[in-house]
Amino acid sequence: MFIAIFSLTVLGGALGLFLGYAARRLKVEGNPLVEEIQAILPGSQCGQCGFPGCAGAARALANGAAPATLCPPGGREVAALLAAKLGVEVNLSEVKNAVPRIAEVQEDLCIGCTKCYKACPTDAIMGAAKQIHAVFREACTACGKCVEVCPTEATRLIPVPVTLQSWYWSKPAMQGTPA
Amino acid sequence: MNPLSSLFSSFRARGGVHPDGRKDLSAEPPIRLLPMPPLLFVPLQQHVGAPARLSVVVGDLVLKGQLIGASGGNISAPVHAPSSGRVVAIGDFPSPHPSGLPSATVTIAPDGEDRWIEADVLDDPFSLSPEEISARVGAAGIVGLGGATFPSAVKLNLSRKSGIATLIVNGGECEPYLTCDDRLMRERADGIVEGILLIAHAAGAKEMLVGIEDNKPEAIAAMRRAAAGTKVQIRVVPAMYPMGWDKRMIQVLTGKEVPAEGRSAEIGVLVHNVATAWAVREAIRFGRPLVSRVVTVSGAAVAAPGNLEVPIGALAADLIKACGGLLSDPARLVLGGPMMGTQLPHLNVPMVKGSSGLLALTGKEIGLRVAQNSPAPCIRCSSCVRACPAGLLPLEMAAHIRAADLSSAVGLGLKDCIGCGSCSYVCPAQIPLVHYFNYAKGELAALEKAKLRTDATRKLADSRNERMARVVREREEAARLRVAKKAAAEAAKAAKTAAEKAEVVA
Amino acid sequence: MISLTHAPHAHAPMAVGQIMATVMLALVPATLYGFWLYGWPALFLWSVAMATALLTEAASLFLQGRAAKPALLDGSAALTAWLLAVSLPPFAPWWVAAIGSAFAIVIAKQVFGGLGQNVFNPAMAARVMLLISFPVEMTMWAAPLPITSGHAPGFLQSLAITFGGADWANPADGMASASLLGHVKTEFTRGVDLASSLPAHFAAVQGGLMDAAWGNRAGSLGESAGLLLLAGGLFLIVRGVITWHAPVAMLLGVAAPALLAHALSPAHYLGVLPHLLSGGLMLAAFFIATDPVTSPNTPAGMFVFGLLCGLLAWIIRTWGGYPEGVAFAVMLMNSLAPIIDRYVKPRIYGRDRKGKSLQLEAKENAR
Repeated sequence: MFIAIFSLTVLGGALGLFLGYAARRLKVEGNPLVEEIQAILPGSQCGQCGFPGCAGAARALANGAAPATLCPPGGREVAALLAAKLGVEVNLSEVKNAVPRIAEVQEDLCIGCTKCYKACPTDAIMGAAKQIHAVFREACTACGKCVEVCPTEATRLIPVPVTLQSWYWSKPAMQGTPA
Repeated sequence: MNPLSSLFSSFRARGGVHPDGRKDLSAEPPIRLLPMPPLLFVPLQQHVGAPARLSVVVGDLVLKGQLIGASGGNISAPVHAPSSGRVVAIGDFPSPHPSGLPSATVTIAPDGEDRWIEADVLDDPFSLSPEEISARVGAAGIVGLGGATFPSAVKLNLSRKSGIATLIVNGGECEPYLTCDDRLMRERADGIVEGILLIAHAAGAKEMLVGIEDNKPEAIAAMRRAAAGTKVQIRVVPAMYPMGWDKRMIQVLTGKEVPAEGRSAEIGVLVHNVATAWAVREAIRFGRPLVSRVVTVSGAAVAAPGNLEVPIGALAADLIKACGGLLSDPARLVLGGPMMGTQLPHLNVPMVKGSSGLLALTGKEIGLRVAQNSPAPCIRCSSCVRACPAGLLPLEMAAHIRAADLSSAVGLGLKDCIGCGSCSYVCPAQIPLVHYFNYAKGELAALEKAKLRTDATRKLADSRNERMARVVREREEAARLRVAKKAAAEAAKAAKTAAEKAEVVA
Repeated sequence: MISLTHAPHAHAPMAVGQIMATVMLALVPATLYGFWLYGWPALFLWSVAMATALLTEAASLFLQGRAAKPALLDGSAALTAWLLAVSLPPFAPWWVAAIGSAFAIVIAKQVFGGLGQNVFNPAMAARVMLLISFPVEMTMWAAPLPITSGHAPGFLQSLAITFGGADWANPADGMASASLLGHVKTEFTRGVDLASSLPAHFAAVQGGLMDAAWGNRAGSLGESAGLLLLAGGLFLIVRGVITWHAPVAMLLGVAAPALLAHALSPAHYLGVLPHLLSGGLMLAAFFIATDPVTSPNTPAGMFVFGLLCGLLAWIIRTWGGYPEGVAFAVMLMNSLAPIIDRYVKPRIYGRDRKGKSLQLEAKENAR
């Protein structure tokens, strides 16, 4: 009886010590996940997620303090990549921007104040003072900062128009099979 | 090549299917000229590559063959007016594309005179240098008329650079229903042979082979007669789909296989379609740009199927009308052949350079009866594996794509898929296999583009942050300098006063 | 946006339901012959298996909230039941067929996700389960008593055999008999070699083989009519429903070692023909090994699969504890099918077998 209790206690203690040692010995410095997540995020530091920049968002994601759907400019693609990286299930319909969007300056409302031009984190808006501004499509991440600062509500986000060049077949609908 | 190795090579060509040809519907009546429609809608993008750049404005009077859109880049083709008349509109018009999206289109109202521009008619086109022929083919807006619509001049130049030995002219026409190449070979064999000789001259090819499927005996006979006395050889190939796939045709005729990461020119072979050969001859001998083509109008819902010579830009509705209208409401309208063609949403879509056929199919023809309980679960019968001419495993690839695992599908060879549709055709469960593959290819391209974009915007954001930091740094530096200057000045002032004081003291 | 249908705008006439129907059609001659040979009990057993399969399939689909009608119409459940029924001893009690059928549909098929998802052939999985669980009932072979002969059990007596648990196996009735493979195995265990045991079983070996070809001897419901099954299989090959690779390879896999061993020691190893015409080999070669779901994807893979099926069957028959090993062999190979698929793949156009792009001839010469 005592022998059994004794031996099991010793065994448990020894293994516990071994595990503790292994945990210290094999400890990973820092969290590589944060950097990997940051590489997925758009990097425009727009702050729409409520965290201080993309690095802050990456830390929050790595700690599980934020959902994979937190990044509005990233849209579904970034959400799906984040979910895969974090190993979580994600409902892509929760993502705000189901379709990729882009900023547009409405020419009849723009007064050429250059506020959006200064606010844009990716230099996607071109123009000079007192001139109508234009959006450089390839550079816009649809972060929405220009929308916030515009005094005349001339900037807005619109879905990226589908063209003959960008169109492709959608995924076939699945019928007759369990989802 | 001896007959034995020829037999071996066709034996080695794997996969393929034997769909019901239905070519008898339209093969017998001779090619008719489509009565000039009241309006022609000529899209600026009718080829692979950059769209043509508009070179007319609304109100311009144009002659048949006059340039209305100039080549838009290295890989592009010009577009010409299909008849004489006035440009009445320029703008978006429904394009013959599966998206149904509109594209930039020049609308011309023909004046009925059909007057050609002044052309350079040559008595001896072979006196032109190969470079000059390529340039003229490019200027005539000739693209691959088999359906690929790749600019022909680009292929010619590439072939000359790679030093090709063999020109293969593709008269396979393996798509069911289509007979436009068949009729062209029967009626215009002499012109086609001249076109072949011109292409070979331009590309520097010594050997000229024409591959024709054995289900077109009259075309074979006509081409043999026309080719007699020339170095053009007519080869009969077994009828099966997709025999007209250029790489399959190369394999069957030469026994060579094009490497997956190479072009056919790299193994010394150039492939052109018979209709392209005809267009080349028209352009070089008569100086006529590509402004019309032969289109097969067929299907059980068409009253009088046949082949029409159609000006580019004629509406599908005009073609149907010229073929006696529709007998019944078609279950599906298709541009091209049934295996790879595009469904048309309606008949107000213009014919373009790549339009080989216009089909109005009934439910029975498209197999609606078979497709009732579709798609059913995959029973792994591997009919698709046996049908795939590229040697892929369609069922595995589709399963991965369905599970959103695109990288595994790529690992199985998704990028080697030629989209011929043989797998979907045979699948007893009606799984839209080739639809999965084209979706996946599009999704991969879009992801690739999105990734490039994200990288680019991240770089922009970084450089902006750096710039902002620099601005702040410079401002601070300036402020510091100012402070230092002020301090120095004060110090100097203090020193001065001290000196003055000292002087006073002294 | 208008939703347009992707090409192709034509379709081959064959659908899943028609494939299943064609396979069942190919089974009809052998099955009808079996009914004639073994009388009413065989028909009852077949009907019980069929009804149970359809009921359990419908119930499974209902529990999963899936539409039952398309699945029932595709005929896959009926085919499974049919294949199971023809591999059962004809005078087995009804509950053997019912349990087997329910097992095949629920455990071997629907639990894995339904049609197309199962790892093992449902009919063979059920047969193996029955053989292990109810060895007595599963090895009670009846001597053929054609329905036209006077000795055949009548309708009421047949009802009693199938549903009432009548003790037909009493040797006094003279109806029970051993299958050839079972007989050989038993005699071996008793230390009697083939030279002395076989003549006792067949008056004349030659005549016995002819009988075997026509199924006129003890065996299961449909699997004993070797030639009719062969004809059904050839019909399927002609119709393009199956390819020749798996059946030919499986017969070869049994015949080759049998030929070799029999030549070495005729007293200890059965010859080629008794092997080919015995037990479930013909049925398995043409109808089970060719089951698309549980076999490899490529023709070459099918050949490897069939060859190993045959080899395993011969090994189990010859050295195993059971007289018949076809079902075990097929199930073992079912589990190996994904591995065969991993290694036996078609060569992609323009690439070598490893998936690397072919080299240009000029570059090859330069090296």
